[in-house]
Amino acid sequence: MSSVVQNPSSTDFEAVIGLEVHVQLRTRSKMFTRVPTGFGEPPNTLTDPVILGLPGALPVMNREALDKIITTGLLLGCTIAPVCKWDRKNYFYPDSPKNYQISQYDQPICVGGSVEIELPGPSRNIMGAHRQVQLTRIHLEEDVGKLNHFAADSLVDYNRAGTPLMEIVTEPDLHSADEVFAFLTALRTALVAAGISECDMEKGQLRCDANISVRPVGATKLGTKVELKNLNSISGVRDGVAYEIKRQTAAVRRGESIIQETRRFDPEVGSSTSMRSKEMAHDYRYFPDPDLMPVKVDEAWLARLRALVPELPFDKQRRFFEQYQLPYTITSVLVPDRALSDWFEQAVGGMPARAQAVGNWIANDLLRELAAAGQTLADCRIKPAHIAGLVAAVESGVISSSIAKEVFVEMFATGDAADVIIERKGLKQSTDTGELEKWCAEAIAANPRSVADFKSGNEKAINAFKGGIMKASKGKANPKLVDEILRRLLSA
Amino acid sequence: MSGSSPQLDIDYVARLARLALTEAEKQAFAHQLGDVLTYIEQLKAVDVTGIEPTAHAFEVVNVWQEDVSAPAFPVEKALQNAPAARDHMIVVPKVVDDAG
Repeated sequence: MSSVVQNPSSTDFEAVIGLEVHVQLRTRSKMFTRVPTGFGEPPNTLTDPVILGLPGALPVMNREALDKIITTGLLLGCTIAPVCKWDRKNYFYPDSPKNYQISQYDQPICVGGSVEIELPGPSRNIMGAHRQVQLTRIHLEEDVGKLNHFAADSLVDYNRAGTPLMEIVTEPDLHSADEVFAFLTALRTALVAAGISECDMEKGQLRCDANISVRPVGATKLGTKVELKNLNSISGVRDGVAYEIKRQTAAVRRGESIIQETRRFDPEVGSSTSMRSKEMAHDYRYFPDPDLMPVKVDEAWLARLRALVPELPFDKQRRFFEQYQLPYTITSVLVPDRALSDWFEQAVGGMPARAQAVGNWIANDLLRELAAAGQTLADCRIKPAHIAGLVAAVESGVISSSIAKEVFVEMFATGDAADVIIERKGLKQSTDTGELEKWCAEAIAANPRSVADFKSGNEKAINAFKGGIMKASKGKANPKLVDEILRRLLSA
Repeated sequence: MSGSSPQLDIDYVARLARLALTEAEKQAFAHQLGDVLTYIEQLKAVDVTGIEPTAHAFEVVNVWQEDVSAPAFPVEKALQNAPAARDHMIVVPKVVDDAG
């Protein structure tokens, strides 16, 4: 056993976890040739001589992929290497027709950096603690083909091969399954918002391997690490990491030693099995790829991309607290979705005082109606200005908040502006004092007992009249005016 | 130049390249690769003090294309060299997923 444990059964253990996250960049064409990228296309329809490694075919870099990885580096506070090169990672496996993968070995394009994470709060409505998780590096490589295994043979599809793939490596800076979950969630949110990748794990656009070890709390030396593969969803990663920490801790407590190996997590069964041990580790014989010239990143290139780096989601959340006084629950709905938060800011326009009301309409009513209709924000007939109009109509007393709900549903169905609907359906709150006085007088005449109650000092008795007035006015009576008129009539 | 280099393990190199070599081939290739390594040793003897390391002989950088998509091979052409194909995919012997 590598760590010195006097009495393992009574020691507390901590986990040390580092992640390798692979993210496919959103580009039209592949990393080193212009054949299109794609998911779900018929097998082997996205290949060409470069992808198939045919003799004489030469790779040429995709400029957009370089822009995207540098943007990622700027977003996450990495140092961008002024010069980097490409290396061949040599291995024999049918997922790579040319028997090597073009990658970056000792000169990654992005060095260092960090990802801000939010840990679970005491409840869903309360913000959790934040901290920065340190990154080691981010480098660019090409994705490999996909193997489909059958009983007697395997079938190879090279559609995925050559897709620009970014590998993000963290320091061993994570200590629990919850932290790993928070890291992947924050990373995905930031990358999707910046348009770097769709990060859809079901389509393999984001994939994660975890290196996990345990050690007694307070120990400085790392325990023997196990690499966990086949983690296909963010909650799968959390479950896999939690299982592996438990498995290793139990083994060390029993006095067993951890074997350095690669294990595969099966989310169906909820446990991991060994894939290979260290003795079978690979020798990739990296060497510089003679087919590709180095990349040189100058200040002008960095300046162009820096100007386009979007706000990180957590920075936006802090701005929303500050600028709009939004509660945590509303920001948690708006901020992770860039389209939704942009939509929100358009609806608020230059009126931060309306932000709370606008935020509530979006987070509650709009998302509910979209879900019910099976629509996305892009399909939505309500435009940001319509929400602004609805909020203004309530604020200025043109309609009551209960009538506003009705207007909203109509806005969602028709795409008409609030004032158009209010006019068409005759929903304008009645401020016609003659009409209101008539309804009030009728209500008073119909409730002699409440009149007596009110006159004997029971303030609440006034509410007994209001139900009837609202009914008579079909909800259009202005509640404030009704209250004033009732008091005047009752004290007469 | 002759003789095999002590750094060369021909069985290991053959295994990495997935080559099944006969004893005679092993001897022949060990000899040839040994010559290559001896030549590299000779290069290592050159004094390179003050010379910046480089992966390339030419000072050309940033050779790229814009991200526009070009036509792909039709699937028939993609599969033309495959010894066997099924369901528009290349058939390979069942291999353990140990590619890392």
